[in-house]
Amino acid sequence: MRFALVGQPNCGKSTLFNQVAGYRAETGNFAGTTVTFTETKVRVLGDVVELVDLPGTYTLLGTNPAERVVLDYLIAKPIDAILNVVDATHLLQGLTLTIELLELGRPVVLAINMMDEAQRQGLKVDGEELSKLLGIPVLPMIASRGQGIREAFTETWRVARDKKSPHPLFFQEEIENSIRSIYKEFSRNEYPVSRRTLAVKLLEGDPEISERLEKKHMGITRRAQNLIDGLGHHSARQAVWLIATERQRLARELAKNVSKQGETHLTLRDRLDDYLLHPFWGYIFLLSILSLFFGAVYGIGNLLEGPLIGFFNGLTETVVGWIGSQGILAPLAGGAVQGIAGGIAIVLPYLVPFLVGLGFLEDIGYLTRIAFLMDVLMHRMGLHGKAIVPFILGYGCNVPAVMSTRIMEDKRDRFLAAALATMVPCAARLSVIFGLTAFYLGPWVAVGIYLYNLLVIAVTGRIITSFMPEDSPGLIIEMPVYRLPTLRTVTAKAWFRIREFVVEAWPILIIGSIILAAFNFYQITSYIDMLFRPFTWALGIPREVGTPLIFGIFRKELSLIMLAQAFGTTNFATVLTPEQMISYTIFVVFYIPCLATMITIKNELGLKNMWLIMVLSIVVALIAALIIRLLLLVL
Amino acid sequence: MMIPLTDIENGDWVRVVDFSGGRGMESRLTQLGFLPGNKIRVIRSAPFHGPLLIDVEGREIVLGRGIAQYILVEEIK
Repeated sequence: MRFALVGQPNCGKSTLFNQVAGYRAETGNFAGTTVTFTETKVRVLGDVVELVDLPGTYTLLGTNPAERVVLDYLIAKPIDAILNVVDATHLLQGLTLTIELLELGRPVVLAINMMDEAQRQGLKVDGEELSKLLGIPVLPMIASRGQGIREAFTETWRVARDKKSPHPLFFQEEIENSIRSIYKEFSRNEYPVSRRTLAVKLLEGDPEISERLEKKHMGITRRAQNLIDGLGHHSARQAVWLIATERQRLARELAKNVSKQGETHLTLRDRLDDYLLHPFWGYIFLLSILSLFFGAVYGIGNLLEGPLIGFFNGLTETVVGWIGSQGILAPLAGGAVQGIAGGIAIVLPYLVPFLVGLGFLEDIGYLTRIAFLMDVLMHRMGLHGKAIVPFILGYGCNVPAVMSTRIMEDKRDRFLAAALATMVPCAARLSVIFGLTAFYLGPWVAVGIYLYNLLVIAVTGRIITSFMPEDSPGLIIEMPVYRLPTLRTVTAKAWFRIREFVVEAWPILIIGSIILAAFNFYQITSYIDMLFRPFTWALGIPREVGTPLIFGIFRKELSLIMLAQAFGTTNFATVLTPEQMISYTIFVVFYIPCLATMITIKNELGLKNMWLIMVLSIVVALIAALIIRLLLLVL
Repeated sequence: MMIPLTDIENGDWVRVVDFSGGRGMESRLTQLGFLPGNKIRVIRSAPFHGPLLIDVEGREIVLGRGIAQYILVEEIK
């Protein structure tokens, strides 16, 4: 058997899915966290059932790629039952989708989720009454705490076994007549969904479904158009409204009959938003919250990094001493240990607190508020408010930053957001900025480099926008209510993302380290320096930094650490002038995102875009560093 | 009288009358509850011509001004 989980964005489908499947689907208090479907196997009453978590969709209109996935799946795929999840606090909106699902003619069970939240708001929902009115089983649920899940699945299993097709709710007569006169064209079991749904889709003017049906039923789209005209409207657009209005009317009646709103009071959300979205204080809070967040991440990371590095340095010596210093084996083993150490000592101390904190901000519902506040600024770079999320993530690590571009609907927006986010100096590049320029030239130089970085990103955004004009009209997103996340969902989510680093990026780090150790052993570095000679020549920096730059592609910290090896001294002031330090640091900040980031870009946006972003980053790095070099010459 | 949503004062209730954008946008707005006849309210807006936060049947939606200007509304007396 196969069940489909369907519901509107942010209604808790993925939370439910994760409760039964272990943490497999990305969740967040943010509309559209799930962009494609995930499947899992669940045991229900001894049966193994395929469960599909579909992206959240407000209606079955298929207005963006994620929603199209839902529509196509429900219309064409073999499904034995639909488990429809509705947010109890948004019953009216949720029921409009339920009404649409009933039309499909497939067995449906309705789960009313977030009953605890509804109770807090003084809202009572009469599930029994709703079940009578809709003619399908209706069950209460609190997915975040695992309540009501077993019952919902048992009930879904029953309707699937009995093949209980629900009856649709009927629209006003005029529309019903039009629907009926179209669906007579199809024979009863010709398609896996009801004839009614197909008729409705034709009247709504769905281009893909119309085209598919036209092939088998010549002239059917023209008949639909005549009917639309007959309804007294002259475009499919208004028929969409007419039908949507009917569903809303039915949903409103249902909601009125089954829910009782107790005393309404000013909710926490209104009071909090008065501060957090305030035209002045909102930005002060934003700045404070982000500083606090990053302060905590660096604080915890720093605390752990020192002792861990000490431990691994000791381990490297032990391992090398154990093997003996003869031959290639010792450096290779040392390289392997350093690769493992890079993951545990340098990356994870920052990544873990960062992802836990981020998960918390996400689940509490703050990210959409940042998008609201920063929309204007992002438009200057040809993006809209949602793109602020990858930017913030970028300061921690570019890998989650690139992954988070999934929240953007438009392909062009995703590309631009990913390209710009990879130029944000991550925690690893921070060590270069601080270890080189701040240490030798003073903290203000470091601050200057951060500000210059923002400027370069903004200008790059503007330039790319002039080649790829912004065509998405702007921000449309639901503002979620504040929710107190449970410890379990936050840690499960953080683990889900940490696992991606551990499984995908870490092995490459280790292999890279071993290869580099071999390069060092055979002294191939001078050839590598040649490769970077055009860049080092243009920037007026010594040719020896070529190898550190190559190492930097594997891990950005290495472009600092390897400098010591390249020059044979740790006092960089004796080998580099202040101008050279600045040019070098700026080049390091922008050129080629690290290997882990590149792999993520390839997975998220494809190989072509990965190369494109890589070339772009080299060009930007060169120009940005050259401008500074010339400026320093003039001054 | 029809006016674009961007010209509405914060806090005022208005009624949706029509859209003037393309088909894809209309579907998106329709499904978020911007249906002709529905009452909506601008709760607040971000400074410097930032996006609007709109109450649609109890659900809060953030709309950039580029989109909000396509929604034509009338004031409720």
